[in-house]
Amino acid sequence: MLDGTGAFVEFDRVQKSYDGETLVVKDLNLSIGKGEFLTMLGPSGSGKTTCLMMLAGFETATHGEIRLQGRGINGIPPHKRGIGMVFQNYALFPHMTVAENLAFPLEVRKVGKAEQESKISRALGMVQMGAFGGRRPAQLSGGQQQRIALARALVFEPELVLMDEPLGALDKQLRETLQFEITRLAHELGITVVYVTHDQTEALTMSDRVAVFDDGRIQQLATPDELYERPENSFVAQFIGENNTLRGKVSAIDGGTCVVALDGGGEIDAVPVNVAKVGDPTLVSIRPERVEIDPQLGPGAHTLDAEVLEFIYMGDVFRTRLRVAGRDDFVVKTRNRAGQTRLAPGDKVRIGWLPADCRALNV
Amino acid sequence: MTDATHGPDAVTGVTPDTGLRIAEQRAGGEMVAADGTPLKRSLNRALRREKLRALALVAPLFLFIVVTFIAPIADMLFRSVENQIVSETLPRTVVALEDWDGDDMPEEPVFAALAQDLAIAVELKNHTRLGSRLNYETTAASSLFRRTGRGADDIGEDAADRFVALDPAWEEPATWVGLMASPDWIEAQAEWAAGADDDAGPEPRFELRDGVADALPRAADMYAAFARVIRTEDGDSPTEEEPWPIVCRALHGDLIANPDAAAGFDGANAQLLAAAAEAAPAFEVTGFRDTFLDIDEDWGDTTIWETIKAFSSPYTAGYFLSAVDLQLTADGVARQPEDRQIYGLLFGRTLFMSLTIMGCCVLLGYPIAFLLANLPMRSANLLLILVLLPFWTSLLVRTSAWKVLLQQQGVINDLLVWSGIISDGGRLALINNQTGTIIAMTHILLPFMILPLYSVMKTIPPSYVRAAKSLGATNFTAFRRVYFPQSVPGIGAGCILVFILSIGYYITPELVGGTTGTFISNRIAYHISQSLNWGLAAALGTILLAVVLVLYWLYDRIVGIDNVSLG
Repeated sequence: MLDGTGAFVEFDRVQKSYDGETLVVKDLNLSIGKGEFLTMLGPSGSGKTTCLMMLAGFETATHGEIRLQGRGINGIPPHKRGIGMVFQNYALFPHMTVAENLAFPLEVRKVGKAEQESKISRALGMVQMGAFGGRRPAQLSGGQQQRIALARALVFEPELVLMDEPLGALDKQLRETLQFEITRLAHELGITVVYVTHDQTEALTMSDRVAVFDDGRIQQLATPDELYERPENSFVAQFIGENNTLRGKVSAIDGGTCVVALDGGGEIDAVPVNVAKVGDPTLVSIRPERVEIDPQLGPGAHTLDAEVLEFIYMGDVFRTRLRVAGRDDFVVKTRNRAGQTRLAPGDKVRIGWLPADCRALNV
Repeated sequence: MTDATHGPDAVTGVTPDTGLRIAEQRAGGEMVAADGTPLKRSLNRALRREKLRALALVAPLFLFIVVTFIAPIADMLFRSVENQIVSETLPRTVVALEDWDGDDMPEEPVFAALAQDLAIAVELKNHTRLGSRLNYETTAASSLFRRTGRGADDIGEDAADRFVALDPAWEEPATWVGLMASPDWIEAQAEWAAGADDDAGPEPRFELRDGVADALPRAADMYAAFARVIRTEDGDSPTEEEPWPIVCRALHGDLIANPDAAAGFDGANAQLLAAAAEAAPAFEVTGFRDTFLDIDEDWGDTTIWETIKAFSSPYTAGYFLSAVDLQLTADGVARQPEDRQIYGLLFGRTLFMSLTIMGCCVLLGYPIAFLLANLPMRSANLLLILVLLPFWTSLLVRTSAWKVLLQQQGVINDLLVWSGIISDGGRLALINNQTGTIIAMTHILLPFMILPLYSVMKTIPPSYVRAAKSLGATNFTAFRRVYFPQSVPGIGAGCILVFILSIGYYITPELVGGTTGTFISNRIAYHISQSLNWGLAAALGTILLAVVLVLYWLYDRIVGIDNVSLG
């Protein structure tokens, strides 16, 4: 999508170690385009927050260079980087009112009083908090505080805004509202956002691109739909969305398709992703909603026997747990539409899927 | 957009926290529980058990504090206004002095009253205590009372001799008992004496006969006092003891004033009295005033009388006036003489030095607390131990160590001389003055500043400073605008703690303060243990307490006590 020359933010072979023995971030290369909304997603301890802190200037890279608009910023202190930041615990100054909090970045930039006021009211308007200028942070709810924190990070008009799990402390409903507002604001203002979260739904719904972190490396950097539908390895497949995995060995491979003999018996068709030759061990991955029960597939397609263990009615979908190839955690989701059969525990069925929906990944 | 309705803290409905308040608001509407009793009463009943339990848990400590802390302090504070000793020791004199105008030496009746009071006081041996008390107000009162006490035995001796010369019966205890005692008492006493064995209990309490107090008021008064005193002090009985000469002198006065006193008596007593009344005007007895002037001519001076009159009420502001360099005179409140004005200076010095010590503690403690709060756990714990180390060392040891370090031939002066900063002749006076007190007390009180500061700083998340920096603030601005304001509650707590501790500190100023570095508390201790002027000590202590409370109140007004956090 982007090459190094046009990058707005660039991590170039960045490494980070806190104790001199283990690397928290291992050889990170990442380019972020101007106006892009990039999410760093990963489990805790995967190095994503460390990357964000290095970009903000609160941590220094042990090796490598971070560039902002083509300029190395390794030696520049945080307050000169001009990067807006939103923290997980909001970090609103408790001894100042909302308006004073917003005035703070303007005051340290020696912006005139009148201009300050217009900028503050515009920023508060952006987050629909115009009437709250005189309140103290303690008098606001969590969602309101986060809106103010967002306004404060935007009020001095930075081109790059970093967000460190900003919605982590909020309840689900509020989180969804704010997700929408953050993306709306980011697009309206044309700012570049680097967003850190461990919530994959958040990552998928908000981002232009998602960088999935694990063990100090980016496991996959892709758009949300690509990430979901074409995970490049089994970590990404399991981390993003719900996923069924079956263990096996490649028994035949032919360009764009392969056949995998499952350890629990049976054979299936799959797209080879991380396998190269016959005999390679693999984990095949298939999304629950792509599985078909009693499939009407073409001739020669492989199907598997399954036994229903559990049937859960979830409203819009049915969730059925099956025993397949010796594993009893295989999940199938079917849409609740008119005439859809409802299975009962003990029923014997056949399952199958289009070969393109099934990916043979690394172990 | 109102997020509050979705917020985690937006709870609607009744919670344990809000239940009572809501119930109170609705009290007019009289909510009732399921069984028909008012909801409030029903709730109170349910909570009573819990309240009783809480009370039972608190009670032992509460009682302990009442007995060992509140009661002694209240008693001590009460002493600052208590002044019963004058009116109790000299009751008759105080009454007689009421009409005295203060211009000249008092009249004879006042001296008569003083003679009677002193006669009793000398027997009870509390005239010297009264002397010491009055000595706080006017010097030489103590020696005056001691000298007079030695001569008081003889007052009225001449009258007694005349009575005995007139009729030897006046020498007999029985004569006096017959005159003065009620028939009931005589009977009871005889019964007690007849069955006198060890477990009969004390002699019955003496009772005057009816009418004698009207006929012979002074003599009856004195005789009753005589009977009471010898019974309680010596365990003697008036039936066996000849009365004090002052009783005869009082009887003489009564007979002059009321020659018909014998009319109220019958039999031998009446004859005896009638004879005495007839002879009395011819007795040559010295007047009370002359007697006193003879013993000590200071009694002719109005000063002692003014003092007695000024301090005759059972409660006095005198101690408080002394504590602020004023004194109570017959003309009202006046300033103490210049050479006795020390308390204003001492209070001022105590305040000034406490504030200086507090300031030094803030300056030295703030950086340490900041470091403690921001170091990694392991190093912070080590540093905290170093901070707490002084707590585990005896206060005396620490103060003595400062003596060793700071004296003129001490370590610090030696180092300064050796390094050439000062000459050998110009050694600094670092101890036995204010400098010594400030240095030693700053060191001793420093942990009380560091700990509250540390506990407050510990709760300031690092993300605040980070946020400030990300918003464009330099390190200094981030500290000044964001970190420092949030650490103010810790500064407040530390300042209150250090100031209140230092304003009442005693041991360290005593040891290293010399004469210019001592606090008001040292003066209080002096009055408690050396001059024994407890009333003044209590007054000084009360003022000190009041000053602290006023400062606390001011602090609350200016900083707000809610802004104080002890962690």
